[in-house]
Amino acid sequence: MSNFQITEKFISIEDVVHKVIRPEAGAINTFIGTVRELTDGKRTLYLTYEAYASMAEKMMARIGTEIEEKWPDAKVAITHRVGRLEISDVAVVLAVSTPHRADAYEASRYAIERIKQMVPIWKKEHWDTGEEWIGNQQGTKAYALGSKTKEDLHG
Amino acid sequence: MVNVLLFAQFQEAAGRETVEIEAAGQSVAHVKSVLKENYNLQDLDQAMTSINEEYVDMDTILNDGDTVAFIPPVSGG
Repeated sequence: MSNFQITEKFISIEDVVHKVIRPEAGAINTFIGTVRELTDGKRTLYLTYEAYASMAEKMMARIGTEIEEKWPDAKVAITHRVGRLEISDVAVVLAVSTPHRADAYEASRYAIERIKQMVPIWKKEHWDTGEEWIGNQQGTKAYALGSKTKEDLHG
Repeated sequence: MVNVLLFAQFQEAAGRETVEIEAAGQSVAHVKSVLKENYNLQDLDQAMTSINEEYVDMDTILNDGDTVAFIPPVSGG
């Protein structure tokens, strides 16, 4: 079972955590992203997530590699769900284990920020008033070509 | 032939998931202009591009059999 997965099914938090449990670790940090009902005063009815699944898994694995380079004793697992998600459903679960807690906190934050920057997954908001694909990564403009360097993309 | 993948708003605008284009030896920028012209995809300038699942620049040259994807601003998490 890969540590980096796109799935159409319910994500078991326990399963993701289990992938990083090991004797060397004294800390595991998880990040769980859930579907929020209210954004800027607008009421979301449900979300649809779509992914370029094969590339998304590859890019999530790359985030794992980046983390292992920055925090050499870290181990990472990430699962992201696609399809229709209702309010409060779990969209993403990531877990990082490290020997000591400070690294686990830092690395888990790093992982979710990188997901939002460069993993090809898209979210469509559905409201009473309509629907829209959202591109909300840090500085959507960064995705206009040329403003992001190869180094940014390839870590 | 080059296989082009479209996702999210691009897929909806074009009304299809894939496009086959004769573009071996051409740049990614060329493919982008073909798509803009033929498939109602005016927002492609907001996209990043990948070839065979790796991000590339617009001036990268395509080989026969490559898979190109235009990646709209991502919003996972």
